Amino acid sequence: MSAFPNISTVQTQSVPSWRQQDAKPFVQIDQITKQFGQFTAVNSVSLDIYRNELFCLLGGSGSGKSTLLRMLAGFEEPTSGRILIDGVDMTGIPPWERPVNMMFQSYALFPHLSVEANVAFGLKREGVKSAEVKARVSDILDMVKLGHLAKRKPHMLSGGQRQRVALARSLVKRPKLLLLDEPLGALDKKLREETQFELMRLQEELGITFVVVTHDQEEAMTLATRIGVMNNGDIIQTAEPHEVYEYPKSRFVAEFIGNVNLFDGVVVEDERDSVSIQSPDLDAYLQVDHGISCAPNQEVSVAIRPEKIRISREPMDIEVNGATGVICDVAYMGSQSVFKVRLASGKYLRITQPNVSREMGSRLTWEDAVYLSWDADSCVVLVS
Amino acid sequence: MMGETTLARGAYGLAWLKKIPLGRIAVILVPMLWLAAFFFIPFLVVFKISLSEAAIAIPPYSPLLQWDSSSSYLTFSLNFGNYLYLFESRFYLDAYLSSVKIAAISTFFALLIGFPIAYLIARSRPTVRIVLLALVILPFWTSFLLRVYAWMVLLRKDGLVNDILLMTGIIDQPIQILQTDFAVYLGIVYTYLPFMILPLYASLEKMDLSLIDAAQDLGAKPYQSFFLVTLPLAKAGIIAGCLLVFIPAVGEYVIPALLGGSDTLMIGRVLWDEFFQNRDWPMASAVAVMMLIVLVIPIMFIRNSNKEAE
Repeated sequence: MSAFPNISTVQTQSVPSWRQQDAKPFVQIDQITKQFGQFTAVNSVSLDIYRNELFCLLGGSGSGKSTLLRMLAGFEEPTSGRILIDGVDMTGIPPWERPVNMMFQSYALFPHLSVEANVAFGLKREGVKSAEVKARVSDILDMVKLGHLAKRKPHMLSGGQRQRVALARSLVKRPKLLLLDEPLGALDKKLREETQFELMRLQEELGITFVVVTHDQEEAMTLATRIGVMNNGDIIQTAEPHEVYEYPKSRFVAEFIGNVNLFDGVVVEDERDSVSIQSPDLDAYLQVDHGISCAPNQEVSVAIRPEKIRISREPMDIEVNGATGVICDVAYMGSQSVFKVRLASGKYLRITQPNVSREMGSRLTWEDAVYLSWDADSCVVLVS
Repeated sequence: MMGETTLARGAYGLAWLKKIPLGRIAVILVPMLWLAAFFFIPFLVVFKISLSEAAIAIPPYSPLLQWDSSSSYLTFSLNFGNYLYLFESRFYLDAYLSSVKIAAISTFFALLIGFPIAYLIARSRPTVRIVLLALVILPFWTSFLLRVYAWMVLLRKDGLVNDILLMTGIIDQPIQILQTDFAVYLGIVYTYLPFMILPLYASLEKMDLSLIDAAQDLGAKPYQSFFLVTLPLAKAGIIAGCLLVFIPAVGEYVIPALLGGSDTLMIGRVLWDEFFQNRDWPMASAVAVMMLIVLVIPIMFIRNSNKEAE
């Protein structure tokens, strides 16, 4: 998990609205619950989304992210709670009257209509004059670079082209809010990366607020201004991508996003600027130096990302934040290598190292005895 | 010419068979096989008879090939007189037109009634769906003739329908239902409804429901999403269902004979009279062949326009 190309931080030179205290949210989700019979799909979720955000709801299947999206679109009525879009309460407003459009995971293109007619469908329902419909359809098709395929039927298009038709169709009505359900899920890896940047470009150009649902954490990291991590119908952390990665608030978030090494332990010393934690897996104490408050003898978990651990054959003194072990697996991945190291306690750690040198000779390999160390500020203490 | 292949191609082309799961093929195959066995093979026999001459003999028509042993001539004679007479006589034309009218109106009502039923089945839970489909096919298990007789009992002046209407006070005297055109429409719609429901169900069931969500999301009210998305996507099923009802309904004999009045003119009854009262088998066969030609032309037309649309 190397650094993600987080473009979204570049576009927001001024202080983004979600960091401002008094900013007015564009979408307010207020204590929303959705039950299907006995099953609670979404459990009292509250969330503010700001204008021009590209907000990602990230979670596994069954986490409630799609239900939340369908409630925003109006396909499901919440069991309790309410949604406000641009200050207007959406309760009881059917999907065809909401200032919201959705791009479906399956794209849901009308198979009996041409590309052109698919895109024009929404405008015609609005009663836009036919000359204007024509102009707007051809503009948006040019924007997604599909002008030359306007007369084709959806079944004559490739997966990537269909995705762009679906996008054009959902953008052409200039919704206040665009919902995207796994927008890149059906594309292959290369196309997915291109389309990610395409999406961000369109979002910036059009100034529409996007809410994206995805199970792909890498996709969320790349696209989002902020990520809401969902599990079992709850949003368990809402933060900017780097914050979700570097400062996960719970064990679930740490494990769900990227790879992580976790140590269970007990707080032995709680000083003003650092905490020492003893783990049965380590001889040395874990020392964590950033602001956390916990009581002595409290049971906690400590998370360390694989790329933050230094690995070396050279012996070193280990007083705190270190360990010794044996490499039992190496995976060469081109830009980096992943090592699986077995500690004396039998615990395995995952460590990634960039392949700075092209030489194979000096590289760490199977059965090497290695010394591991990390910085006090690389550790994250998780109490839940 | 008039067998299962013509019907299937007329509806969608045979490729649709490959896309449909086995269970659904089996469901549609029942009426298809029925049509092949009871329409196509007899048709060839009938066509042959239509080109011969009526004769007082057993069978009551002249053979096409005749060997005269005294002169050593083998004569092969085709008689087109029956066909010429069909065009000269106003009676036959009226019967054709009346049959087409009755069949068309019945088909329309079968579609009107069958569509919501097929829609309901396609949108119900899988466990319920099996039961509902079984109910649609269940009437095939009893004799068609028996079911038409049952309607005679129900529709009589002292039948159940009149009894209920009298009891509820809607009428104060029994009304004539049996032996009217209404009874014929009722009989045809009732009998052929499964042939309408099954292909409609097949096309509605495979529809992606997110298309309805998409239509509504784009601003279509429910009735608009029905007419702009659901209906066009069910087109193949509608055409197949209508053909499966319309074609046998045009030639229907039993229903107009048992439920219709003496003035219900249908080509099936004309056929019956030619065969059993006039004992003119060749003429009756010509009427039958002409009926098929009248039917096949519009079917070919629909088939071609479908192909162009694709």
